[in-house]
Amino acid sequence: MSDGSYFQRDRGWHPPAYAPGYKTSVKRSPQAALISLNTTISEMTGPVFGHNMLGELDNDLVHNYAKPGESAIGQRIIVYGRVLDENGRGVPGALVEFWQANAGGRYRHKKETYLAPLDPNFGGCGRAITDEHGGYRFRTIQPGAYPWPNGVNDWRPAHIHFSVFGHAFAQRLITQMYFEGDPMIWQCPIVKTIPSREAIESLIAPLDMNNTIPMDARAYKFDIVLRGRRSTMFENRKEGN
Amino acid sequence: MQGLDQLKETASQTAGPYVHIGCVPNFCDITGVFPEDLGCRMVNAHTKGERITVRGRVFDGTGTPLRDALIEIWQADAEGLYPGPQEKRGMADPNFTGFGRSPGDMTTGEYVFETVRPGTVPFPDGRPMAPHITFWVVARGINIGLHTRMYFPDDEEALKADPILMRIEHQVRVATLIAQKTGEAEYTFDIHLQGPKETIFFDI
Repeated sequence: MSDGSYFQRDRGWHPPAYAPGYKTSVKRSPQAALISLNTTISEMTGPVFGHNMLGELDNDLVHNYAKPGESAIGQRIIVYGRVLDENGRGVPGALVEFWQANAGGRYRHKKETYLAPLDPNFGGCGRAITDEHGGYRFRTIQPGAYPWPNGVNDWRPAHIHFSVFGHAFAQRLITQMYFEGDPMIWQCPIVKTIPSREAIESLIAPLDMNNTIPMDARAYKFDIVLRGRRSTMFENRKEGN
Repeated sequence: MQGLDQLKETASQTAGPYVHIGCVPNFCDITGVFPEDLGCRMVNAHTKGERITVRGRVFDGTGTPLRDALIEIWQADAEGLYPGPQEKRGMADPNFTGFGRSPGDMTTGEYVFETVRPGTVPFPDGRPMAPHITFWVVARGINIGLHTRMYFPDDEEALKADPILMRIEHQVRVATLIAQKTGEAEYTFDIHLQGPKETIFFDI
């Protein structure tokens, strides 16, 4: 059991705050250096979310907003994976929230202006809590790519947004999952904010034909890694760990 | 040479302009999926401690308030205990969640939390930290969530002795972490992403 402070974030692996290719970051990026400090109890603790808060359809975006007997339009997919820490251990009880555009690439949001139609049976949000091994799973439809006003012809690759709540406020993470084989990934200014190709590849979910539901849905696997913790040597447990 | 077998933290990506769809869907009219938005109520009728309201806005480098941010806070209860399972010092107030999430008003950008004044919690070496609320800010254009803290202006002595605030070299910036008292039990904490008033953000 490790319950020391959290590993320091590798700021060269994550996208920098200031990334001019993604124009909105220019005026929203802090310019002073971050103040570094070892995690205190304020960051090493965090709220816990129980399975009792989940509704039956919370991890089924095909149906959780649809009228009875109807379902969202689009290619059905299953997204599954594990939430791990940097030591490779599963993170149980993590809250995973996800949101996405519909099959046409349009979000259900009043500020969304893209001309693709709204799907009356698709809300675009869902959530799950990881099991004892850190596993999660949900069903949805393949989101569409869409244009956005950054450059005159910038497009977002198909993606699903993930918000992950591990065991501590220090582990809080929001990221996006992309789909294997999508050529738009390497064109995207938001993807390109990440400096390393290897870090980008860790956001691309491979197609997993062995976890499909035949005649129903294909499957993509997406593992998420949260920060690890150092070990603490205890007075009464000198062996540590 | 052997490897260390450690994984890398998944790279962050911006929460984008539609973070509300996933994190506070009822707020953006996606109703009927979740009964209520997570973190929308921190207290109930039985919560112990002094009730306070914390409000503020997040400003970009031009002084324009963000209207698409999501703010999360995490804090100790009135006795200084965190309502999470990692809290080993005692049992926190069961009527207090410690966790709040606010999308901010879609026109003005103002976020609001109804909470209690937090008690004192210890720094790892045992010294008391001044009462504070931990903030986490995400929005379109923010590539990795920003951690900061809000302290209370009425805790003068505790602020002077706070082990984190004392360590900050540019003491002139400490003021960016201290809320303003704007009413009876009401505090305003504005966050500036850039510029001369840039808030201190932490790499924790």
